[in-house]
Amino acid sequence: MSAAALASHYDVERIRGDFPILETLVRGRRLVYLDNAATSQKPVAVIKALREYWETSNANVHRGVHFLSMKATTQFDKARETVRVFLNASSTQEIIFTKGCSEGINLVAASLFSTASPKSSHGNGSLSPLEPGDVLLVSNMEHHSNIVPWQLLAARTGAIVKPIPITDQGEIDQNAYDDLLGQGRVRLVAVNHVSNSLGTINPIKLMSQKAHAIGAFVMVDGAQAGPHLSIDVQDLDADFYTLSCHKIYAPTGIGVLYGKKTLLEAMPPYQGGGDMIRTVDFSGTTFAELPFKFEAGTPNISGVIGLGAAIEYLASLGQGESLREKLVHSFAQFSDHENRLARQAEDQLRQVSGVRIYGQAKEKASVISFTIDGVHPHDIGTFLDAEGVAVRAGHHCCMPVMTRYGIPATARASFALYNTEADVEALVKAVSNVKEMFA
Amino acid sequence: MNPDLRELYQETILDHNRHPRNRRKLEEADAEAHGHNPLCGDNVTVYVQTEDGKVTDISFDGNGCAISTASASLMTEAVKGKTLEEAEAIFKEFQEMVTSTEQEQDHSELGDLEVFAGVREYPVRIKCATLPWHTLNAALKGSESATTE
Ligand SMILES: Cc1ncc(COP(=O)(O)O)c(C=O)c1O
Repeated sequence: MSAAALASHYDVERIRGDFPILETLVRGRRLVYLDNAATSQKPVAVIKALREYWETSNANVHRGVHFLSMKATTQFDKARETVRVFLNASSTQEIIFTKGCSEGINLVAASLFSTASPKSSHGNGSLSPLEPGDVLLVSNMEHHSNIVPWQLLAARTGAIVKPIPITDQGEIDQNAYDDLLGQGRVRLVAVNHVSNSLGTINPIKLMSQKAHAIGAFVMVDGAQAGPHLSIDVQDLDADFYTLSCHKIYAPTGIGVLYGKKTLLEAMPPYQGGGDMIRTVDFSGTTFAELPFKFEAGTPNISGVIGLGAAIEYLASLGQGESLREKLVHSFAQFSDHENRLARQAEDQLRQVSGVRIYGQAKEKASVISFTIDGVHPHDIGTFLDAEGVAVRAGHHCCMPVMTRYGIPATARASFALYNTEADVEALVKAVSNVKEMFA
Repeated sequence: MNPDLRELYQETILDHNRHPRNRRKLEEADAEAHGHNPLCGDNVTVYVQTEDGKVTDISFDGNGCAISTASASLMTEAVKGKTLEEAEAIFKEFQEMVTSTEQEQDHSELGDLEVFAGVREYPVRIKCATLPWHTLNAALKGSESATTE
């Protein structure tokens, strides 16, 4: 089916009916929710799954032999398999539940380079401890959560964090990246799949190949890719990939870290505690197998079950034989819809005098960062809110991006599968009136 | 114009945002401090000149939203010529006005500064209004920086 034909099949009104919060009135006005990059709204399917879990299945997992514990464990394990399919990982052993994207990155930063044996080489890189002068390449468009853990690690080890420059369009400067890979002993590349401040979709597969060629690992922050792209970690060949699940229609407090099994097996645990051990003895403790080795303590059981429900909901919007096929089809459909709206919004915003759009990458997701000359983004945010339009204003946890473009902040409109042309109209109309008040 | 918004963005605020008063670097300042609101990236530097316990001149510099810019501008007008004690008393009352949850309050003593009363209804914007004041306070107390955190 062509993109146009797909779009015309897309029944956004039916989808909106699945999200009760969209009926909210904001001081008497229709809610226009365009802050999806911060967090998405939740479908009834997820809310119902949570409620059902609390009402019919609540128990701790992997511990009890009783009815409820087994019921909860079955649902919990099933959700891990659903996530495996979502990422197209080859094994559920590679799917680690965390509390969010940040925790996944911190886990890798804490554990990856700490294997005692200096010869511990795995696939493409070495797990040996960082040495002073070793290089960690971090793209200039990262969220703070894919910068600060590396800075902390560098401070502990004497390694150096170097930024990979970005262009005026908001793309990673691939020539500069090539040069940086050739300078010093590069051990890791940290990059987001989709930028939360610029919308850029980065060429992860290509960047992974290049990094692997010189023996560096790749940590991909997939927080903003999760809601828009069907992800295939095997095709991308990243060593690590994290998700922030509240951005993909699941509850807050739940994240996923994917890691290649060979690496995860060789890495020491991140936190110690219950559930992550095989035997504990004062003469020595042995650890549980993957993925449990990295999941100390009682997990966020309801969050995981809610996540499973969110992915199943997304799949239910697509067609195909298998869960994977349904997901791929569903993502193709709704991201096409989101992109159409976002490009329409961009075209119209550009007509408004004083509007500047940051992030003009060729490959771009439905995220629009913009400023209006002479008006601070916070005033834009408050003005739009009075019209019922929810956007985010600020640095979006990407201060180096703001510095790169010499601006204190931007306003950001970000789309989800339930947004409509009426939302675009409301956004553009409100933005058109901002200047009248402030300028 | 949305009436809710009018409560927040009073005409005086919009005017001071468009045409900030005393926005310049004060070369002869004997105290200055830098204020930063990490949440929204507002930056302000406040310069003060004092003599015999009085604010003889004051100015500010930096960039921020309409609320913080107008607040800085109106603050410079409000404290110029005041004693340090008077300036502090105005700061206290201003802070109370924008943070208090009580509806019926009389802050007419604050004069023009009363236009910020509406900020109360926008919790995330309160820090925008108080940032210049915290920065002035830091300058007068001899510390170099202030943040709203
Ligand atoms: C690109 C990116 N990385 C990381 C994060 C942080 O995710 P979390 O809050 O789940 O740790 C976010 C979301 O805020 C994000 O947009």
